[in-house]
Amino acid sequence: MAGSYTPHPDLPPPANVVGVPGWVRRNLLSSPLNIALTVLALYLLYVTLPPLLNWALFNATWTGETREACQTNGGACWVFIQVHFDQFMYGFYPEAQRWRVNIAALLLILGAAPLFAGRVPNKLKVRLGLGLLVIYPIIAFVLFKGGLFGLPAVDTRRWGGLLLTLVIAGVGMTAALPLGVLLALGRRSQMPAIQSLCVTFIEFWRGVPLITVLFMSSVMLPLFLPEGMNFDKLLRALIGVTLFQAAYMAEVVRGGLQAIPKGQFEAAAALGLGYWKIMALIVLPQALKLVIPGIVNTFIALFKDTSLVLIIGLFDLMNIVHNATTNPEWLGFSTEGYVFAAAVYWLFCFSMSRYSQSLEKRLHTGHKR
Amino acid sequence: MNASSTSTAPAPAPLSDQIMIQMEHVHKWYGAFHVLKDINLTVLKGERIVICGPSGSGKSTAIRCINRLEEYQRGRIVVDGLVLTNDVKLIEQIRREVGMVFQHFNLFPHLTVLENCVLAPIWVRKLPRKQAEEFAMQYLERVKIPEQARKYPGQLSGGQQQRVAIARSLCMNPKIMLFDEPTSALDPEMIKEVLDTMVTLAEEGMTMICVTHEMGFAKTVAHRVIFMDGGEIIEENTPEAFFTNPQSDRTQLFLSQILHN
Ligand SMILES: Nc1ncnc2c1ncn2[C@@H]1O[C@H](COP(=O)(O)OP(=O)(O)O)[C@@H](O)[C@H]1O
Ligand SMILES: [Mg+2]
Repeated sequence: MAGSYTPHPDLPPPANVVGVPGWVRRNLLSSPLNIALTVLALYLLYVTLPPLLNWALFNATWTGETREACQTNGGACWVFIQVHFDQFMYGFYPEAQRWRVNIAALLLILGAAPLFAGRVPNKLKVRLGLGLLVIYPIIAFVLFKGGLFGLPAVDTRRWGGLLLTLVIAGVGMTAALPLGVLLALGRRSQMPAIQSLCVTFIEFWRGVPLITVLFMSSVMLPLFLPEGMNFDKLLRALIGVTLFQAAYMAEVVRGGLQAIPKGQFEAAAALGLGYWKIMALIVLPQALKLVIPGIVNTFIALFKDTSLVLIIGLFDLMNIVHNATTNPEWLGFSTEGYVFAAAVYWLFCFSMSRYSQSLEKRLHTGHKR
Repeated sequence: MNASSTSTAPAPAPLSDQIMIQMEHVHKWYGAFHVLKDINLTVLKGERIVICGPSGSGKSTAIRCINRLEEYQRGRIVVDGLVLTNDVKLIEQIRREVGMVFQHFNLFPHLTVLENCVLAPIWVRKLPRKQAEEFAMQYLERVKIPEQARKYPGQLSGGQQQRVAIARSLCMNPKIMLFDEPTSALDPEMIKEVLDTMVTLAEEGMTMICVTHEMGFAKTVAHRVIFMDGGEIIEENTPEAFFTNPQSDRTQLFLSQILHN
């Protein structure tokens, strides 16, 4: 083993693979095909981006009160949005009462913010979450609807805009998830009666388009109800949306339940835990965690599907924007209107998607087994 | 893989004549397949039984009938004076008194080690959390992993996980412990730590039924060894007699295969 030590000559440094130049080289210019695709993409951006930016930003009109303020240089006229903004947010909710909606929104933001913060202890988060799920809807309902504590009543027909979209989506989500969980458990139940009931329910609602459900709820349901009994139109839409999405949610949750090994159930049962405790403490926490992407996917679909309520004459965000574009004073601004609506929908859906990703990361507890 | 080096044999304490488990003419079918054929077994308080036999012979099924993880079609099982029926409340009552340790540990991966241990005491025994945690820490010390209490099962080795699983069962303060091949899924170097834990438990007088192929463990710890094949109890004897003078051909064949590995 004797022998003198001769060090190898130094190797040249590797090609730059860090920093911006490194990233560009690795991702955009790594092969001839890649270079061609990069050039093509740059060309497409060159063709589409400048006109878009010109329309949306540089040639756009930002200030003004009336249609006359809009410049005729081919740019967007955001004055249209500005003038209708309150309507887009509150619908036909009486102006003097809109502070009630604002307070409810503020409460929601204050209550939900700690849930997104990292430092808050889990116990507090659970309590806050339960409060938001159980107590908040009651407070919000009283605030919106009024007729109590000296608040003037506001008929649900006057609720509209983003407010209405959020009410439908919020109620739909908070009701569809627990209902979906129950349906999924029922579908896997050992009891044939419960099982077939759940299968029938799920397959029925999955088999019909939501638009049909909404139509039926507004046209057919009143036929079955006794004369004079007036079922709130919003309530009917809420029930329709909830049951419809619960069926989808049930299938998502069932996928998660199937992924939990039988041993988990058996270990919990062997400790003397009963069915509901096993489900609530052992199986569902794991199953729901597994299907967070699917749950959020369903939530996002639900959020966007709320726009279908326009066909039964509810003025959600989509419908109120559409309504404004048909205002004779403001004809010809539908592009601005729909771009605005799309942006609002996108903002909410994208936030949900990001939140689900962070939630998945946070709930990860090391590799299985 | 010999457990005789792990500990001295526990002094053969005089057994009381209190019957903890009684299986009478138990039969079970999976469809047309007759898994358990006329199983009769009486286990006294403080008695330690080892069940061995070839794979698929019905060992797991037999002990899983005792805490009703499996139902059976014929026969009678009495656990600590309670006759097993289909009554859910009764089954839960029996499960509280019967701990079970599985081949694949079956720890709850979304809960920490400590949470795994306090879950059942809190939700089944209705212990206050603080008390349950103190209790759990005592058991985690007994299985020699108190320092892992705040970790998740996924962060532990197989041997550590199995010891947590034992502690989790003990936290319910059971009268009987069932082990279903607790070391078969472990790497050889981790088998000893789990067997040591089981020997300690045996020394404390726990009533135990262990399905295992650790013959060293059977020799040192068991009062009786039971050999199953094809859903039947073929042979039942003291460890000495079982290993030195097996009665049936099938037992001899099984022992020669096991001991030569
Ligand atoms: N759920 C089941 N359905 C049908 N057959 C089963 C089922 N579980 C076990 N068996 C069969 O029952 C027999 C006994 O199984 P088991 O008790 O697990 O054997 P052991 O534990 O002795 O290896 C095996 O032949 C196995 O294939
Ligand atoms: Mg087995």
